[in-house]
Amino acid sequence: MTQTDVEAIYAALAETIDRVTPEKSELFLAKLALLMAHELDDLDRVRALIESAELGLEV
Amino acid sequence: MRPAGRSDTESLYFTYPSFNAPDIDQRNTTTSSPVAIIGAGPIGMTAALALAKEGVKSVLFEKKNTFNDGSRAICVARSSFYILEHLGAVDPFLENALGWTKGRSFYRGKQILEFDMPDSKHDKYRPMYNIQQQFIEQYLWDAVAKSDLIETRWQSEILATHDHDQGIALSVADPNGHYTFDAAWVLACDGARSPIRKLRGHRLKGENFEGRYVIADIQMDHDYPTIRRALFDPECRRGGTVLIHKQPHNIWRIDYQLADDEDETQALKEATVRTSVAAVLKDIGYDGPWDLEWWSVYSANTLALDDYRDGRLFFVGDSAHIVPIFGVRGLNNGLADAANIGWKLGWVLNGQAAETLLDSYTPERRGATLDVFANASKSARFMTPNTHGWTLMRDAALSLALTHDFAGQLANPRQMTPFTYANSPAVLPDDPDFTQGPSIGAFLPDFKLAQGYVTDQLGQGFNLLCFDTSLANALSTAVPNLHVTYVPWSQALHDIYKADPDSAFLLRPDMHIAGRWKSANAQKIAQGFQSLLSSTGSNL
Ligand SMILES: Cc1cc2nc3c(=O)[nH]c(=O)nc-3n(C[C@H](O)[C@H](O)[C@H](O)COP(=O)(O)OP(=O)(O)OC[C@H]3O[C@@H](n4cnc5c(N)ncnc54)[C@H](O)[C@@H]3O)c2cc1C
Repeated sequence: MTQTDVEAIYAALAETIDRVTPEKSELFLAKLALLMAHELDDLDRVRALIESAELGLEV
Repeated sequence: MRPAGRSDTESLYFTYPSFNAPDIDQRNTTTSSPVAIIGAGPIGMTAALALAKEGVKSVLFEKKNTFNDGSRAICVARSSFYILEHLGAVDPFLENALGWTKGRSFYRGKQILEFDMPDSKHDKYRPMYNIQQQFIEQYLWDAVAKSDLIETRWQSEILATHDHDQGIALSVADPNGHYTFDAAWVLACDGARSPIRKLRGHRLKGENFEGRYVIADIQMDHDYPTIRRALFDPECRRGGTVLIHKQPHNIWRIDYQLADDEDETQALKEATVRTSVAAVLKDIGYDGPWDLEWWSVYSANTLALDDYRDGRLFFVGDSAHIVPIFGVRGLNNGLADAANIGWKLGWVLNGQAAETLLDSYTPERRGATLDVFANASKSARFMTPNTHGWTLMRDAALSLALTHDFAGQLANPRQMTPFTYANSPAVLPDDPDFTQGPSIGAFLPDFKLAQGYVTDQLGQGFNLLCFDTSLANALSTAVPNLHVTYVPWSQALHDIYKADPDSAFLLRPDMHIAGRWKSANAQKIAQGFQSLLSSTGSNL
């Protein structure tokens, strides 16, 4: 994925999170996570990604 | 509970019988029995029938004078139908129960999943049948009453047990007074609150789940097929779950989850139940008249004894385990317990098997219960998620399911399948050449023949299922106590059993596979059968 693509996704996520309101953003992100995991179709990769997303939350 | 003005057993559609206590002279003439069974609930009666099937006498003690109140367990699984068939009790069930194969799940009123349970032309019975527990008990009772080998003593409560060298002395109380009854073996089928379990100092161990459900039965003329419906987050119960099942006699089971802050006493008041049920009916678009039959409250537990055996006493059914209703395993699991201990005790008492066979009861049936726990806990966490994380992901799955089928599958309850007794002391080591097909310890899948099914061909006791006439002939006289069942080999049969024409399966009386040989001969089979009955325990 190019730098431009990552930026586009970054923006799309930010805008959608704002649109769905703070109350629904968590549900939206959980849905998205399930959906992307299903698309990825690779249990080990998804597990590894879940682990790396958990890193640094407290910083 | 029943509506105001109706007693515990005043049902809209069922007449509870009332059984007398035994005649004092008669009960004094029989003071001992090879087996005593405590509790004539569905499991106690099934255990008595399973023993009678092996020709073993039992006396059944029940403290009440009638069946259990309320419809309680309503879903009877395919494997239980085989047990009932084996005990000669399946006909009234087939006649009256409602078979079903389908479930539908809804999220906020929209259907997100329709699932079909496995069902093919090779299956003699449907995956599931709905019938009220009073009928289950009535039909079992009809079979018990017909048996010369079972004596039932109603209004007879067991107050104490006393172990001695040859058995257990039971202290019995009935309206005529107290007496002692002696049994070589005792089956404690005395239910979830098992007084016998407490008397003997045992405790159920496990987990309690948070969710509480009210289960209410109503009578209404509602036009919907026998399909299990699950409503997630419906209008009538925001944040909660509702289950709807059809039963015979226009009775509908409505289970609805209570919110965490809902007070149980308040929720169980008749007026509250009526309002809650009315809201569910509005959601499913029913606006006709209805009658309230019975209701109760329920919460999901996964609790079991560490050991189902205590000397000469076995715990069978709810006395040994309490399982969540999701996936309808309470009754079905207990029926399999009763069938399991029934044939084993029968074979031991008849001198056909070594006493060590009884050691396989706990590992097999407790193993099955732990398997039920694993599945039911998964369902319970979906039906009543109890942490923020489980709730969020459940809601995400439901919301995603509106547009994506894969997410809807997370709402599939995956109903019970019979447990495989692999590594049990009561099965033989596997044949390494037999790599596919139904495995050691599995419940034999059925197969449709030109006429009837393979299971129709099975005889009493252990069966050797083979597909080759010369093997069948060689075996027919060679092995005592073994019934030889020959079925012609075909490609279609191979598709199910993965068996060659010279393969064979050794089946236990409960239809679980005790041994299998890819290429069988009479000697291997005779040796295997012999070692199974004489030295069970070798496989552990
Ligand atoms: C309110 C309620 C709702 C339920 N709903 C469902 C459901 O929806 N689905 C499901 O699968 N399961 C359900 N169950 C569970 C199901 O009913 C049980 O799994 C089933 O009844 C177990 O049968 P049992 O024979 O082991 O025990 P029980 O049916 O409890 O029978 C035990 C018997 O032993 C007798 N007894 C007890 N102590 C003594 C004594 N000391 N001496 C003599 N007799 C004694 C009792 O009177 C009773 O008749 C429900 C249970 C209850 C209570």
